[in-house]
Amino acid sequence: MTPGLLTAVTFLPALGGLGLALVPRRRSDLARVVALAVAVAVLALAVPLYLAFDGSRADPQFEERAAWMPTLGVSYHIGVDGISLLLVLLTAFLSPLALASAWRAVEERTKEFGIAMLILETGMIGVFVSLDLFLFYVFWEAMLIPMYFVIGVWGGPDRIYAAIKFVLYTLVGSLLMLVAILALYWQHGAATGVYTFDLPVLSRYVLAPGLAQDLMFLAFALAFAIKVPLFPFHTWLPDAHVEAPTAGSVILAGVLLKMGTYGFLRFCLPLFPDASIRFAPWVFALAVIGIIYGAWVSTVQPDLKKLVAYSSVSHLGFVMVGLFTLTAQGLVGGIIQMINHGLSTGALFLMVGMIYERRHTRLIADFGGLWRVIPAFSALFLIVSLSSLGLPGLNGFVGEFLILVGAFQVNRLVAALATSGIVFAAVYLLWMCQRVIFGPVTHPENRRLADLSAREWAVLAPALALIVWIGVYPVAFTGKTEASVEALIAQVQSKAAAAGARAR
Amino acid sequence: MQLPTVSVRALLPALVVLGTAGLVLVLDLLPPRARKGHLAVLSLAGIVLALLSTTWLWGEETRAFHGMIVLDGYALFLQLVICYAAGLVVLLSIDYLPERGLESGEYYALVLFATVGMLLMAAAGDLIVVFLSLELMSLSLYVLAGYFRARLASGEAAMKYFLLGAFASAFFLYGIALVYGATGTTNLDRIGASTGRDSLLTIGLALLLVGFGFKISSVPFHMWAPDVYVGAPTSVTVLVATGSKTAAFAALIRVLVSAFRGGQLEWPFLLWALAAATMTVGNVVAIAQSNLKRMLAYSSVAHAGYMLVGLTAGGALGAGAVLFYLLVYTFTTAGAFGVVLLLERATGEGVSLADYAGLARSHGILALVLSLFLLSLIGIPPLGGFVGKFYLFGAAVRSGYVGLAVIGVLNSAVASYYYLRLIVYMYMREPEDAPPPSATSFAGGLALAVALAGVIVLGVMPAPFIDLAQAAVTPLLR
Repeated sequence: MTPGLLTAVTFLPALGGLGLALVPRRRSDLARVVALAVAVAVLALAVPLYLAFDGSRADPQFEERAAWMPTLGVSYHIGVDGISLLLVLLTAFLSPLALASAWRAVEERTKEFGIAMLILETGMIGVFVSLDLFLFYVFWEAMLIPMYFVIGVWGGPDRIYAAIKFVLYTLVGSLLMLVAILALYWQHGAATGVYTFDLPVLSRYVLAPGLAQDLMFLAFALAFAIKVPLFPFHTWLPDAHVEAPTAGSVILAGVLLKMGTYGFLRFCLPLFPDASIRFAPWVFALAVIGIIYGAWVSTVQPDLKKLVAYSSVSHLGFVMVGLFTLTAQGLVGGIIQMINHGLSTGALFLMVGMIYERRHTRLIADFGGLWRVIPAFSALFLIVSLSSLGLPGLNGFVGEFLILVGAFQVNRLVAALATSGIVFAAVYLLWMCQRVIFGPVTHPENRRLADLSAREWAVLAPALALIVWIGVYPVAFTGKTEASVEALIAQVQSKAAAAGARAR
Repeated sequence: MQLPTVSVRALLPALVVLGTAGLVLVLDLLPPRARKGHLAVLSLAGIVLALLSTTWLWGEETRAFHGMIVLDGYALFLQLVICYAAGLVVLLSIDYLPERGLESGEYYALVLFATVGMLLMAAAGDLIVVFLSLELMSLSLYVLAGYFRARLASGEAAMKYFLLGAFASAFFLYGIALVYGATGTTNLDRIGASTGRDSLLTIGLALLLVGFGFKISSVPFHMWAPDVYVGAPTSVTVLVATGSKTAAFAALIRVLVSAFRGGQLEWPFLLWALAAATMTVGNVVAIAQSNLKRMLAYSSVAHAGYMLVGLTAGGALGAGAVLFYLLVYTFTTAGAFGVVLLLERATGEGVSLADYAGLARSHGILALVLSLFLLSLIGIPPLGGFVGKFYLFGAAVRSGYVGLAVIGVLNSAVASYYYLRLIVYMYMREPEDAPPPSATSFAGGLALAVALAGVIVLGVMPAPFIDLAQAAVTPLLR
């Protein structure tokens, strides 16, 4: 294994962003090329991570550790296991697509856009690779600011309101998490004499069940629930998605929301297993409400982008159900579903952005009969919609099936209600396709639309390839993650048992 | 009667600055009379020399003049912070004053005299010395606040500052009298050693807290701050917001830690309430401000509240956190006010939110730099403000004040709203009328560069400074 590879993947985007600052302001064409080249280089560095990763091992790989603030027990400790590996790859994969999609859409301050997106990429990868709570928190908060700029500077008419709402929601949650991190740090230090923010060390510590653990769990859970977003903390999401530029929506839906579910998986479950198990019914309830509510609200949206945004609430509810089943199938399904949602919803946002560039409207009522005019676009739109609703053979089916298998073992009612979400997904996605691409051409403006350009094919083809690949051969991805998932479940159960034994 | 031996070492940083002030006064009378730039350079040189002397004296532990002056690691750390604050103020003044046709030698002399007062406050081991240096600092600042004598707001600021400051000083002096009555001494160590715990001492401490509360602009003694910050010349505002606040915290911590130890009096509850009120009032009122100097004034009230959280937490960790925060806060606040100063029009206008609309297009670099300072004030990593808050709230959680830490972080979220609103104006709105005049000031740019370097270094590599702050407070707790 190459030493320093993970650090390179993490910091190359930000370094590239700083380099991009040197490009003259007038050369926006050059700025686009440099930004995309950096993002592609990051992907090229990330692929060896996937190839060299040993899926039979559960411990973190490509680990790097260096002292940072030794007196406080803060270290630069990074590594990937089977769970974070896939999310790092997803981030590295979606970032160049997002940048390429903005080729024509972002005409103003192109250079600054590239800088913001690249710094954002470092923040996102950093969140996934951090194995130190302090380091994780640094990335978690630092990533907010570039996203704030992406929405606020390059967004739609109501962008300022959406950007501030996004930051305030996230900040309230994450600041309370900071207090919980500190409380955990001191409690662990007082109990063991080792003052550290190192995640593997803290994960081994068995916290006594009780109010303190519950409060810490809730503080972490609030931060992550806002990010996921879990009902009723989702209200920032439609605003942010609708106002963000296409590239911002792709990253927001594709990666940022996963930081919430990843947080539950990486921090809440192993650090507070007892509380996680006890609060699981509540999480199930909120997740199921989110699945059904998100689907219903999607159904009645007149705006394509809002429809896709609310469908995220529904899909992420599935992921949460999978994670809190604490079964191997549920967790693997949840993780795969995170990737699937990133690909399918990311692709949907890309395509909504493409049609918006042509027609400057996103209202479903303004379209109809697109299949006759732009068949290639329409075919891809249909395939992506089908993958999003879980058609067997495409990626969405794999994740949802595994989640439901997990859920049936734990709680039949939850599984039954969640299944209804799949039915509703078929309703709103197919009805959307029907109104947008089938039927007669109802608006004369739509008759002269241009079909996909070579650049747009280049943006969509990789996403489609992965959608089919995961659908047909999921083992390529589940195989990397199973060992880590089983180790996590074993850890949660043994810690919960130990805590229970101590309580008795 | 035995005369005390004079220890030059214990006074060295203050003496250097005092000597420079005298030299400035003399040179002011000699030609060239029209230009005063050389006096600014001389003042800066004196402050840099004082700064170097603090690093040269590092590790020193001297008690001089019968324990009235204590030059220990604690004093040196804070003197370093004060020297940075004063140095940044002089740098920012170099082009600011001539542009307004108000450059004079006594301005620099007064800044230096105020700095002497601050430096002595950090090293004061006796309540009388605290009072004397506090007055030296305050009197110089009262005059400086009214330095733009043609401007009504400046005169109002000076008057308000002086009247309320005089009240606060009277409270402080009365507090000293009561403490002396209760313990028979004004020496901090001997007050700490006295075992008496009677109501006289409690009332004395409460009165001292009123005096300190005024200087650190803690709620409910903050009323002067917004008017003075707005009315005073912006360079003086920087000195009031950073240097005088640092000096007041320096003396406050030493008084609380070495004279009124935890077991002796029940002051944590009092501080708890002060901290919570100061943070909340400062942040909530700042939301409603459209004048940037006023907004930053309330924000500096709120930051005093964050530092009171560290003081409430107490112990080496809490006090060390306050010291580290003072260092970060000085760079950040001086930097933020510095940008406002550079963009201010000669008439004193151009400091409202609307004036900053579209600043990113007309002054890209200044907008970026100001954004970084604002993000540090919010506490976004990897900037110094984040580590400072992390450390303060960490100390609070450690001491069991989880509730106060939660109030603190929620305040940070509230604060992010008005800081981000300024970023919204700079980056996400179009300019409403002509952009502010382009600011070209080499010295001002240098000041911003130093402040920005401080904010970034303290955020990315805080470990050595945290260790220094911890080492500085440990002698106090013995």
